[in-house]
Amino acid sequence: MSIPVLEGRDLRVVYGRQEVLNVPQVDVREGEVLAIIGSNGAGKSTLLRVLGLLEATTAGTVLYRGHPVSPSGRQGLTIRRRFASVFQEPLLCDTTVRVNAALGLRLRGRPTTEVDAGVRLWLDRLRIAHLADRRAHTLSGGEAQRTSLARAFAIEPEVLLLDEPFAALDPPTRAEFLSLLQDLLRQAGCTTIFVTHDREEALQLADRIVVIIDGRVRQVGRPAEVFGRPATEEVARFVGVETILDGQVADDHDGLLSVAVNGTKIEALGKARVGEHVLVCLRPEDLVIRLRGDRGAQESARNRLDGVVQDATRLEAQYRVQIACGPQMVALVTKQSFEEMGLTPGTRVVVTFKASAVHLIRR
Amino acid sequence: MELIWQGVVEAIRLLLTGDPGVLAITWLSIQVSGGATLLSLLAGIPAGVALALTRFPSRGLLIALVNTGMGLPPVVVGLFVSIFLWRSGPLGLWELLYTPTAIVIAQFVIAVPIVTGLTIAAMQQLNPRLRLQLLALGASRWQMLWLLMREARLPLLAAVMAGFGGVISEVGASMMVGGNLLGQTRVLTTATVLETGKGNFDVAIALSLILLALVFGVNYLLTWVQQRGRAA
Repeated sequence: MSIPVLEGRDLRVVYGRQEVLNVPQVDVREGEVLAIIGSNGAGKSTLLRVLGLLEATTAGTVLYRGHPVSPSGRQGLTIRRRFASVFQEPLLCDTTVRVNAALGLRLRGRPTTEVDAGVRLWLDRLRIAHLADRRAHTLSGGEAQRTSLARAFAIEPEVLLLDEPFAALDPPTRAEFLSLLQDLLRQAGCTTIFVTHDREEALQLADRIVVIIDGRVRQVGRPAEVFGRPATEEVARFVGVETILDGQVADDHDGLLSVAVNGTKIEALGKARVGEHVLVCLRPEDLVIRLRGDRGAQESARNRLDGVVQDATRLEAQYRVQIACGPQMVALVTKQSFEEMGLTPGTRVVVTFKASAVHLIRR
Repeated sequence: MELIWQGVVEAIRLLLTGDPGVLAITWLSIQVSGGATLLSLLAGIPAGVALALTRFPSRGLLIALVNTGMGLPPVVVGLFVSIFLWRSGPLGLWELLYTPTAIVIAQFVIAVPIVTGLTIAAMQQLNPRLRLQLLALGASRWQMLWLLMREARLPLLAAVMAGFGGVISEVGASMMVGGNLLGQTRVLTTATVLETGKGNFDVAIALSLILLALVFGVNYLLTWVQQRGRAA
């Protein structure tokens, strides 16, 4: 395998007495979008700053293309100048959009013609060319963040560091921004480290995901792997698995496992020994609910449990429904079927799901 | 009322005829206070930036001392500078007492804490994350400091104005270390005190008007620089 653009080895960051980061190994590969996800305060921004040579570690080494580098001194500056960053706040200087967008290039002492050309190109690509002479403090949040992105892209960085760039934007602006960024990253093809607490953003942008919880890396993998096959209970919760049940493998028919959970049997595809304790994980979107007595849908599903609706909460286009079927489960139901079935607390329902939808975490 | 009116008329006459005595006093005031302000900027801005952006033990105490210094009474400064420059004092050999240099030293001591204190405040009102962003954009240490100071240019220019305003209007220290010697160390403020004491209100008013015009002119210039390109 080729040498990673950036690699961290035995990274430790301690503030006072608190260890905020402890990462034995992490790498960033050429051309990929690596998302670092985790809840607030998990240490993901710290990891970004460490890999971006913006913060010194208490211990450990950062390697740039195989060579150990440190944030301080001439060498740190030289390597750092191959990177560009966009943070949650746009952090623009009190001057025009044009001058802000040019800042990175000017700091590198590039000739004026090159600076002008770069600025023109990226203001255009970020669709803010008409704002070039506006002063930064008169911009809206979205416009300011576009300026910040133009400033970063204009450098044509080898590595782009993004730290929650959408977190401060309102939902429509954010959606627009996300697809714009996706296009730009595809065009530019630059290696990107993208920190977010929003799993949707990670799913949409990332080639690989690092899940970090309490300063430690809990899982690294492709989005489908991390979201479908979380390695630990904490990761499962973070990536949106809402039903996590204690169980014990009762039977194994060529990989089709039967797991005893709180008095019921759940069939699952997976690897575990008979008698082994496991966590049964189910994503809410994989559960199908219908009224008891109805026929039809999901007859192929291996698992079929009788239950009673406990509670329902309205989300944007769906309802999140809690059902007691021996174990407690959480399902997502579209607004339409929720209303058609007339679900209320107490409604008797059947919950079905495929054996392949069940993910087992061995304990 | 008659007295004030006569004073104003005489003042305008003195100004229009370009009275050599008045011109010399004005020029000396500009040189002394301008020089003291410049020196205080050279010392106070770097000190203020350093105190604002670095962390070290006893930093809080130092900032508290600087802030106290901002209210330093000029007569106290005059007293201590006099003692230091006194013929038998520690710096007596330099024979600086009752020279314009002595006034510059005293005014420098008055202005430095003002400039330093306001520089600290100017730098600390910047978003602390801006430093990280500039670093991340590839700024070297000096580029970062320059950009941060440019970001804080409004309050930094206010620091310059406050420093100059503090020394040009000061009288106690100039009187004590300069001695108010005609043609040598007589500045606008000390001359005004003298002429008022002698009952020469017309001359005193003329000197006051010049002093006011000077303060206004300098601050107008600095305000113009400060507010340039800041249309609401």
